[in-house]
Amino acid sequence: MSRAIEAIGLSRAFGPTQALAGLDLAVDAGEMVALLGPDGAGKTTAMRLLAGVIRADSGSARLAGIDVAREAESARAHLGYVPQRFGLYGELTVWENLRFLAEVRGLAGRAWRDRAEAMLSFVGLEAFRDRRARALSGGMKQKLGLAAALIHEPQVLLLDEPTGGVDPLARQGFWRLLVRLLRQGVAILISTPYMDEAARCGRVGFLHQGRMLVEGTPTELRRPLQGRMIEVTGASPERFATWAVGVGGIEESQIFGAALRLRAASGLGEAVASDIEDAARQAGEIDVHARLVAPSLEDVFRFLLPTASHVVGA
Amino acid sequence: MNPPALAAHGLTKRFGDFTAVENVSFTLGPGEILGYVGPNGSGKTTTMRMVLGLLRPTVGRAELFGQDVAHAGDAIRQQVGYMSQRAALYDELTVRENLSFYAMAYGVRDSARIGEVLRQFDLQAVADAAAGALPIGWRQRLALAGALIHRPRLLILDEPTSGVDPVSRRSFWDRIYALAAQGVAALVTTHYLEEAEYCHRVGIMIRGSLLALDEPARLKRSTLPGAAWDIFAEPVLEALQELESDPSVVRAGLAGDHLRAITRAGAGTDELQARLTARGFRDVRQEPVEPSLEDVFLALAGEETSG
Repeated sequence: MSRAIEAIGLSRAFGPTQALAGLDLAVDAGEMVALLGPDGAGKTTAMRLLAGVIRADSGSARLAGIDVAREAESARAHLGYVPQRFGLYGELTVWENLRFLAEVRGLAGRAWRDRAEAMLSFVGLEAFRDRRARALSGGMKQKLGLAAALIHEPQVLLLDEPTGGVDPLARQGFWRLLVRLLRQGVAILISTPYMDEAARCGRVGFLHQGRMLVEGTPTELRRPLQGRMIEVTGASPERFATWAVGVGGIEESQIFGAALRLRAASGLGEAVASDIEDAARQAGEIDVHARLVAPSLEDVFRFLLPTASHVVGA
Repeated sequence: MNPPALAAHGLTKRFGDFTAVENVSFTLGPGEILGYVGPNGSGKTTTMRMVLGLLRPTVGRAELFGQDVAHAGDAIRQQVGYMSQRAALYDELTVRENLSFYAMAYGVRDSARIGEVLRQFDLQAVADAAAGALPIGWRQRLALAGALIHRPRLLILDEPTSGVDPVSRRSFWDRIYALAAQGVAALVTTHYLEEAEYCHRVGIMIRGSLLALDEPARLKRSTLPGAAWDIFAEPVLEALQELESDPSVVRAGLAGDHLRAITRAGAGTDELQARLTARGFRDVRQEPVEPSLEDVFLALAGEETSG
C-alpha cells in the first residue's frame, strides 16, 4: 500500500541558496506529521514542492502514490493545500469563496452546495456565510482556508504555518478540527516554527537550513535528555555562578524566566539536582530548589544544533 | 528607591457601552521582564496604548518612571524602546543606515553610538549589507539594536522571537536578561505561550480583565482546578474520543504520540488508566505532568465551558 504523502530526496535551490536538500518524508493515512523549523529552514519550499506548485531540482514527491510532477492533475485531486497566505478573495463572502473554489475544483451542480454546507458547519462558520472574507478575524480566515482546502474531500492535507498570528483560543479550536480529520483517515503534514505545536503531532521532523536534522515521535526526540533537565528556583543567576561553581556534571546553565534551567551530563540528573541543593544550603541560600523537569523540544533542538554553549555567569 | 518603570493603576477603557479594559493594575519594576498574553480582542493592545500614553483611560492612570503618562513630556517617552518581530526595518538600507535612521528618529546625536551598538550586537561584519538580505536571527538582532540605540530603560517587545530558531531565540533572551541585570525593564506582548515562559512574570488578559499575574512556575501550580496528565493508550485517536466524553476530564488533546488530559479537582491518580484499560485499549499508562502555560491560559479563558 502506498503512503499518503511521500518525498524522496526532494531538493530545490533558488539561485545560490539551497532551500531544500534531499528531504525524505512519509506520512500515512490518519497520521499527522510536523515539519518544524525556523523561518528560512525550507518548510514552505517543501510544502510547495509536495503540492506541485514548484518543480524539484531532484528527487520526487508522491501524493496517494501519484507523482506530483508527472501527473500533477490527478495528484492534486487528492490534495488539500492551505498555503501561508491562502488565496481567499477578500471582496467575496465566505459562501462565495467556497463556491468559487468548488468550481475551480470541478464540483458541479448540487454536489458543491452540499459539500460547502457540510464544510461550513465543520469549521463552525455557518453564522458568517454572508460576511466578506476580509472582515473575518485571523482565526476565522484560517477556518475558511481549511474549509476551502477540504471542499473536494482530499485524502492529503498540507498546512503551511496555519496558526501564524492566531491567538491560543482559536488555535485550540483549529486543532480539534484536525483531530476530526485524522479520525476520517486524512493524512496531515503541518509546518510550524512553534515547538509546542509540533509536540502535538505523531511525528516531528526538525528542518534546519534545508536539511532534516532529526525525525521521530516527540517521545523519541526527548529521550536523550530525559532525566537531565533541571529547574532551579529561588536562585539569583549572579550568586548561582559563585556558590554552584563546585558542582560537577552541569553541561549548560541558562536563565529561563524567573528560574535557571540546567542540562546535566547523561545519567547525572538526580545527582546534580541534589548536589545543587546541598551547595545552596552550605552557602546559606535557603530558598533554592532544584528538581528534574521534562525536557522540551526546544531543549532538544538547542542540544542538537551546533552552538556556542553559554554558562550563566561565565 | 527607584520608581517602577511602568505602573498601571485601575486602568479602565470604555468605548460606548463596550468595556475594552476593566480595572487593570500592575507594576513593572526596573530589571523585570513581564509577559502580557491574551487572545485577540482581550484588551491587550488597548492596555498597551494606555500605559504608553497613546490613549486616555476612562478611569485610572498609568505612570512611566513615576510620572503620570497623561502629563509626561517627550523626555519620559525617550526612555522607551519598541521592538517587533515584524520589525520596522528598511530592507533596502544597510544595517548601519538602519541604525542611523533609528538614531535620528530617537534624537541620538552621538555618532559614536552607532559603532558601539554594532559591536555590542555583533553586527560589524554585516554593517554594510542590506538589511533585507539578512537571515531572520540577524534581523531580529538589528531590530533590537535599533530599539536600544537611545539607551531606553523600558523595552516593549512584541512577539520578539516568533519564527526564529532555538539557538537564536536563546541568544536573544540572553541579551534581554543581560539588559535586565543592568536595570532595563521589558514588557513582552505575545500570542505564543512558549515565548511567555521566558518572562519573570506573566499576566494573562481575558475579556478585558487581567485574570492572573505571577511567575510561570506559580501559575502552573496554582491556576488549574485539577491536574494534568500524560496518557498513553493505543489506538490513540479512539482513546482521545473516550477521554473527551469522560466526565472527569476537563480537556483532552493530542500530545504527539500520546494524549494530554486535564482532569477536574479530586479525580484519582489512575482513574483514567483503569477506565481505558477496561475499555480494551492497549499499552495504557497515566503519568502526572506539569501543566503548561497553555493549560493555564485555556483554564482561565474558560475554554472548556464553551466546548
